[in-house]
This record gives sequence, structure tokens and C-alpha cells, in this order.
Amino acid sequence: MEDNTLTQEIKPPDTSKGPVRWLRDNLFSTWYNTILTCLGLVFLFLFFKGFLTWVFTQANWRVIPANLQILMIGPFPIEQVWRIGIVFCTLLTLLGLSAGIWRGIVLQMAIAIVGVCLLLLLIPLDVVKEAENTSATLEFNLNIFYLIFIKRIWLLGGLVLLVGTFFIGRKKDGLKKWIIGGWILSFPWTMIMLHGFGENTISTTNWGGLLLTLLLAAVGIVACFPLGVLLALGRRSQLPAIRWVSTVYIETIRGVPLITILFMGSLLLPIFMPGDFQLDTVIRAMVALTLFSSAYMAENVRGGLQAVPSGQVEAAQAVGLSYSKTMIFIVLPQAIRAVIPAIVGQSIALLKDTSLVFIIGLIELMGIRKSILGNQDWTGLHAEVSIFIAVIYFVFSYSMSIVSQEIEEDLGVGNN
Amino acid sequence: MNENTTNDPIIICEDVHKWFDDFHVLKGITTTFKKGERAVICGPSGSGKSTFIRTINRLEEHQRGTIIVDGIELSNDLRNINLIRQEVGMVFQQFNLFPHLTNIKNITLGPIQVRKMSKKAAEEAALALLERMDIADQAYKYPSEVSGGQQQRVAIARALAMEPKIMLFDEPTSALDPEMISEVLDVMRELAHSGMTMLVVTHEMGFAREVADRVMFFDEGVVVEEAAPADFFDNPQHDRTKLFISQTLQH
Ligand SMILES: Nc1ncnc2c1ncn2[C@@H]1O[C@H](COP(=O)(O)OP(=O)(O)OP(=O)(O)O)[C@@H](O)[C@H]1O
Ligand SMILES: [Mg+2]
Repeated sequence: MEDNTLTQEIKPPDTSKGPVRWLRDNLFSTWYNTILTCLGLVFLFLFFKGFLTWVFTQANWRVIPANLQILMIGPFPIEQVWRIGIVFCTLLTLLGLSAGIWRGIVLQMAIAIVGVCLLLLLIPLDVVKEAENTSATLEFNLNIFYLIFIKRIWLLGGLVLLVGTFFIGRKKDGLKKWIIGGWILSFPWTMIMLHGFGENTISTTNWGGLLLTLLLAAVGIVACFPLGVLLALGRRSQLPAIRWVSTVYIETIRGVPLITILFMGSLLLPIFMPGDFQLDTVIRAMVALTLFSSAYMAENVRGGLQAVPSGQVEAAQAVGLSYSKTMIFIVLPQAIRAVIPAIVGQSIALLKDTSLVFIIGLIELMGIRKSILGNQDWTGLHAEVSIFIAVIYFVFSYSMSIVSQEIEEDLGVGNN
Repeated sequence: MNENTTNDPIIICEDVHKWFDDFHVLKGITTTFKKGERAVICGPSGSGKSTFIRTINRLEEHQRGTIIVDGIELSNDLRNINLIRQEVGMVFQQFNLFPHLTNIKNITLGPIQVRKMSKKAAEEAALALLERMDIADQAYKYPSEVSGGQQQRVAIARALAMEPKIMLFDEPTSALDPEMISEVLDVMRELAHSGMTMLVVTHEMGFAREVADRVMFFDEGVVVEEAAPADFFDNPQHDRTKLFISQTLQH
């Protein structure tokens, strides 16, 4: 008998709380808390009543579907949109395969991107007006489906590819090297596809909207990584010359606002360039964003390097690993894990900072906003357009933030 | 002298000096270790024991004198340093396993990256080593998921995977709970009987008595006394040695 009670499993006491209990504990625990809660609710109601009334009765949301194309891709010629479609599908294919093979972090990113694409699918299209031109109801209905399908075909195709290749990737571990190669080639491929060649080139002045915002942010975030790591290692180098150069670079860039660097990129770079070789404005913006971001990345990575105990380096050296292999296999993986939250924070900041490139004449989301509002049909709709753009930024930033939290949980850093 | 000891010297130290800034840590160490010899190094805290064995694989640089390991003189020549590090395995007090790699990857990293072994061959060798350490079932766990004694045995396997000629141990059992000390000492004993040249910094006097060919007593950066374990423990010559032995045996 007694043996039985001893070996019986005892469950931990139930500490989870129901919603009612939560409300009582957090909002109505004392009489003054109750009063504060009620006052807060009244205040929230008054504030949001105005906002919600505006959103649902006064705001003119037609401006969004009517300008959706220009918001997404800027003045990119619509008959050439297949170029963007192919790039999009290539990237989602690579992402699907990577998610299948590596899972973990990559899978979480893929899920976040699927979520964002589904949100995009939900934005209503301005197709009803176009379809109205045809009279018969059947034809009208078919037309709507046709138009929806055509306009969303790349988005849908990309999603299908992503999910499909995910399942392929799960079975093919041997593809790793090819996929890494694919990611490296994806940048020149994107640039060439978007730009075209021969007679059919599309000037980068036609790149705009969300397309340009994402392109600039992605290049900045990815390219600053290797540069930042090198600078961080340089700042800790035994060789004074390397240490000095890295420190000066990092501190100079961090001491200067991004706007200045963008200006210098557009004014000074052409002066250094030989002869009449002119660097494209978009490329210049990419270079400036990368140089800017790499200084911050370097400081983040350096923080991580300091967190790696010296015993790790000693153990690696004792096994005979060279300096570079010690860094690649032992120190950097641990250093970067330790500072993933900081790196994601920096990436979010860079995404939003891309909005500054309008000052060197590029038309990313904020530039498009200006040109929409300049159109007679849509004058005065500042709030609507701004809110929509804010939502876009928020969706991307918040997805990055969620991915970062998932990564932290996976690695057991932090406790939220 | 054990049955494996030869007369070929494998480590030759001549008047080795080392300073940390102005602090003179090693004050002229001259000694020779023979192939297959097992030396135990003991001495009070701060006497330079760790510093001395760390100069042998150049984790610390000596500033005067010469050290020749397996015929290669330790200098600033990076190639020599890397050659010697391949021949000299080291086990640390705090294990220093790589926390982001599984136990087996901890072991195969060196053979694959330094010895250019194939992944398959390295894994087979690693599994055989873990079997020898009696922890084959822990191969695919992370270091943080196994006990301290098991971690230290993984660390020993990691060093052995490079097939070194010499093994350095810096207080390999000092960070372990008492019940785990013996499992690590068992492994080291087995290693000693296999003929490995071993330099062991330890306060495990039972181990020293049983396994060592020579016990070296360090104090304030010099070798105060060295002798076969029987002589060392039963008939110490110097007062400082006597004091140290009586203090250590009290524990
Ligand atoms: N990197 C360093 N910089 C400055 N001083 C050091 C450094 N490493 C060790 N020392 C000093 O050198 C002396 C010898 O250190 P060492 O670690 O060799 O002693 P030890 O005999 O191994 O002692 P313990 O039994 O405590 O491990 C100590 O006084 C220590 O404070
Ligand atoms: Mg020590």
C-alpha cells in the first residue's frame, strides 16, 4: 500500500489561470485598481471611437486598391511584370528547399513569409471596375475570376512552389551545397532579371514601391553581415594597423547620420569613379546602406565575441585548428547566437531606414506615397495612404520580431 | 619506470622562463620527458603548474630558453605550432567542450578539419573512442545534456581523436563532484597503460602513486623536487615538499 503511494506520480499544482481569474488579479484586485481600469476603458473608448468611425465611415480606402500596383512595384512596366514574378518564384523556391532541409530558423522565416503573402492576397483588387466594362453577368463573373487569377498568379505560384519545394527539401539532404550556391547566385540573378538586357532593359529609375524597399533592405541586411563580422574581428585583432582601421571605420560611420552617408554616396562616389563610368543610383543606395549597417553589425558581433569564454579558443587551438577555422567553427557560431536579438533589431531598423533613400531620388514606399498624393484623383488622402504604408512596415517588422523570438526560444536564450 | 617507457626523449625543456608582465611565473625549468613516460605535476596554487604545461602546446608563449617537442622547436613559426598542436592533446579543468556541437561533433571536428579525415572515418573513430570511454550512448547529445564526468570523458576522447603522441591534463578532476572523479581517473589509468606519454597536473595523490613514473613538485615557478612516487611521498627531501604532502594528504 505505502509503496504504491510513494511511486505514484504527483502532478505539479495547477498554476494556470482562467481569463476571469486573470482579469480579477490584474485589473480589479483593489478598489483603486478597479477605478483606474474603468477610467482607462472610458479613455480608450473615446479615443478609438473617433478613429474607428473615421476608418469605417469617412476614410476613402479606394485609394489603396486603385494604387496597389504602384505601391507594390512602383512604375515598373506592367507588361514586364513577369520579371518580378520569376525572381519572386526563384527566391521562394530556394526558401522552400532551405526550409525543408534546415528547418528550425529557416522554416520559421518561411512561415512568416507565407503569412505576409497571404495578407497580400487578402487586399481587395480594383477588378470590379475593369470587369464592369463587359455586360453579361456570366462573362462579368468569369472576368473577375480571370483578373484575380492573372493579377495574383505570381503570388499564388510562388506560394505553391514554396510549399512544394519544402516537401522536396525534406527528402533531399544532399542538396545543401547547391542551395547555398543558389542563394549566392540569387542576388546577381535578381538584378539581371529585373534589369533585363539588350533592348528590353528596364532602367532602375522604374524600380519602386515595396519592391525597391525590400530589395534595399534585403541587400543591406545580408551584405552587412560578412562585412560586419570582418570589422568586429578586425577591431579585436592583434595587429595594430587592422585594429586601428576597423575602429576608425566603425566609429566614423556610427557617428554620422544615414542621410549624410546616402548623400556622400550619391555625391562623392561618382567623383571617385574613373572617367564617365556612372554607378547606378540604386546600387549607390545599396552600397551606402551596407556600409552604414555593417558598422552597427560589427558592434553587435563584437558584443557576442566578448561573450565567448577564452577556454573555447584554447580548446580549439589545442586540437590544432587554425585561427580562421577556430573563428568559423567555434567562436562565431557562439558569438552570433548570443546577439541574435540585437541583430534582428538592427535589421528592423534598417528596413525602416530605407525610407530615407527618397532624398537621393529613389521612389520606395514613401516616394510612392508622395506621387500618389500628387495625383489629382487622390489629393488629401494622406491618412489613408500613410496608414496602409505603416501597416506594410509593421507586418514586415513584426514578422522579423516573431522569428527572432522563436529563434531565441529554440536556442534557449532569454526567458520570455 | 613502467614497461612502456623508452629512453627516447620526446619533450626537452631547457631553462624555460615566462613572465606575465613583470610577474616571473616560470623561473628556469629544465627537464626532459621520455616517450611513454607519465609525469604528475603538483604544487600549491599559483606555483605555475598550468602555465608550464600550457607552454608545451604554446597556449602560453615562453620568453627565454628552449622547448623541443617531438623534434620540433617551439618558436613563433605558425607552422611549427600547428604541427605540435596536432601531436599534443590537452584536457582542461573546465572541459571546454564546444557547447553548440554534439558530443560526437566535438570529437570529429579536429580530425575532419585538421587531419583532413573523411566524415565517415572520423565518425567511426569517434564512436570507437566513446565506446572506449564507456559513453557511446551519449554521442548525439549536447555537452550540456550529460554529466560532468561524462563531459570530461568526451573532452579526453576529443583530444585522443587527433591521435596525439603526448597528452596534457590540467587538473582534469578538480571541477568534478567526488562520485565522478573515479570514472575519469579510470579512463586516464587505462590510457596510461596503453603507453601514452602523459603530463598530468593533479592533486589526486592516489593516482600519482599508482600510475606516475615521476612526480614533480612546483613552487613559485621552480621545480623544487622530483622523484619516483614512492620516494616522493615516503621520503620527501625538502621542507616545502613535506609541508605540501602533509597538507594534501589531510584532505
Ligand atoms: N594570463 C595571465 N595573466 C597574468 N597572470 C597570470 C595569467 N595566468 C596566470 N597568471 C598568474 O601566474 C601564476 C601562476 O598561474 P598558474 O595558473 O600557472 O598556477 P597553477 O599552479 O596552475 O595554480 P592553480 O593550482 O591555482 O591552478 C598565478 O599567480 C597567476 O595569477
Ligand atoms: Mg592551474
